[in-house]
Amino acid sequence: MSTGTVFMPPRHYLNDGYGIRSWLLTRDHKRIALLYLAAVTLFFFVGGAFAVLIRLELATPAGDFVSDETYNKLFTMHGVMMVFFFLIPSIPATLGNFLVPIMIGAKDLALPKLNLASWYIYILGGLFTLYALIAGGVDTGWTFYTPFSTVSSTTNVIPTALGIFITGFSSILTGLNFIVTIHRMRAPGMTWFRMPLFLWSMYATSLIMVLGTPVLAITILLVAVERLFHFGFFDPRLGGDPVLFQHLFWFYSHPAVYIMVLPSMGVVSELVAAFCRKQVFGYGFVAFASVAIAVLGFLVWGHHMFVAGQSVYSALIFSALSFLVAIPSAVKVFNWTATMYRGSVSWQTPMLYAIGFIGLFTIGGLTGLFLASVGLDVHVTDTYFIIAHFHYIMVGGTLMGYLGGLHYWWPKISGRLYNEFLAKLSAGIIFLGFNLTFFPQFILGYLGMPRRYHAYPPEFQVLNVLSSAGASILGVGYLIPMLYLMWSLRYGKLAGSNPWGAVGLEWTTTSPPPTENFAESPVVTWDAYDYQTTVTVES
Amino acid sequence: MTGHVLPKRIYYTIFAILMFCTLLTVWIAFLDLGPLNTIAALTIAVFKSVLVILFFMHVKYSPRLTWAVVIGSVFWLGILLVLTMGDYLTREWRHYG
Repeated sequence: MSTGTVFMPPRHYLNDGYGIRSWLLTRDHKRIALLYLAAVTLFFFVGGAFAVLIRLELATPAGDFVSDETYNKLFTMHGVMMVFFFLIPSIPATLGNFLVPIMIGAKDLALPKLNLASWYIYILGGLFTLYALIAGGVDTGWTFYTPFSTVSSTTNVIPTALGIFITGFSSILTGLNFIVTIHRMRAPGMTWFRMPLFLWSMYATSLIMVLGTPVLAITILLVAVERLFHFGFFDPRLGGDPVLFQHLFWFYSHPAVYIMVLPSMGVVSELVAAFCRKQVFGYGFVAFASVAIAVLGFLVWGHHMFVAGQSVYSALIFSALSFLVAIPSAVKVFNWTATMYRGSVSWQTPMLYAIGFIGLFTIGGLTGLFLASVGLDVHVTDTYFIIAHFHYIMVGGTLMGYLGGLHYWWPKISGRLYNEFLAKLSAGIIFLGFNLTFFPQFILGYLGMPRRYHAYPPEFQVLNVLSSAGASILGVGYLIPMLYLMWSLRYGKLAGSNPWGAVGLEWTTTSPPPTENFAESPVVTWDAYDYQTTVTVES
Repeated sequence: MTGHVLPKRIYYTIFAILMFCTLLTVWIAFLDLGPLNTIAALTIAVFKSVLVILFFMHVKYSPRLTWAVVIGSVFWLGILLVLTMGDYLTREWRHYG
């Protein structure tokens, strides 16, 4: 390895125009990524505030902090904010937007104006949903199950649904943009099998976004139409079927879990390779596992409906198909582990998040097999076991990957380094806090504590107090990175173009990159993760 | 890149066929065909969709990648329909005792 000079480039995307107008009308994918970063962070903390209130209520068995109706609104708004406005856009819209063009050696996404429009659509949808929140909230759960959402609920179902409907188009357009970009904009020599695995995962995610999101949009529209005009889609009194809603809703919303976790898997592939100094073991298998997860993810939605009145024969089919998704997921976990084996592992912050992801995702995935099994699922349906399982996937998986990726590419995004000690400390706090929050919930659920109640029997209190204590630790863990990352923007050491000594086109350009990403259009003559060749490290 | 240019008469012809099919759908709705009413309406709707996709969306004259996108989308719709109908059609099979 050779050592280069660290410097801040005189011209880069952050100083290419100043003022609010230069940001709000930008077509630069990197600036749009930062607009998304600001927005998803805001929604994350709004959703997190609801989580705080939920855990405060559950610290005692009696429903003594908020009323049952308020509690219904709290968990609904927590779910809506976190799922639709944070988890789904988090990695694709921020890291994906920033990295997809750079990683393939392009100047921008194929459709830059559409990219900016996607952000505005996302904000518009978010404003509708925030309006619903300010106007009194909504109490249907993030799943909007009928007939409650169409017949019984007296809360702001339509503004919330409209917000999600609008935001869905942002997701579709971002997915479309990525697909077109990866097909049409790759630099000379950047073949499909030279692409970093992050791009494979973004491509697979984009397929789900484009194929699944329209179904959710139409389903939510049908809820609004039934609620407003009493058309009989889901209400049995009008000739509809409430289970049809669940089919349509989960056709999107189960694959949506993979919209959340596939990008995170892509990030982890990058991190494991970079911090083990090795080619990812079984590159082709990991790449095709992303596509397999995207495809199989569309065939399993019925496991959310085992107790909903679904045909037992249908349930058996969905059960078998659900087990199949474990195969490509396990391929990835085994391959990351095999990559680490005899690798030159360095335990820097992004790698800590990658390790955290692998452990937590494995627990989340294995408990998912419990839920794919019809008999066991009946026992734990609508209990805290479900809550623990999907938080291990969505928070333990997606959020760990997101934070790992944010730390890994932060020097590229900002041109500066963060405080490594604080970063490692917060990664540890998050891991500890997360497990303390959610592991007790597996036990609570298995013992029969139902979800979505603001009061519970006193024998469940100890585990609930542990969970609430863990949530407070987790909250601190999330606040620390926000502080030192902001601090680093002004005071952090200069990063140089390749502080990790990693391979990949993004590390061949300056940090921060110029608006056009590369001084000269790159020509790719090497495979992904080729750590055999010399890597330049600037220190 | 320029798109394939079609003579206007093709658009007008397709539009006329679509309008005729719409009238046909309305007419059939007033006939008592039993369960065939739904099948007839859906068949006409699918036929109209195919015309729109092939001609108004220019898929007929598009490269293979576009065809792959269209066929993939229809296949995904098929997944939704088949697995959902798999539930509805087998619910009555349940026997106890």
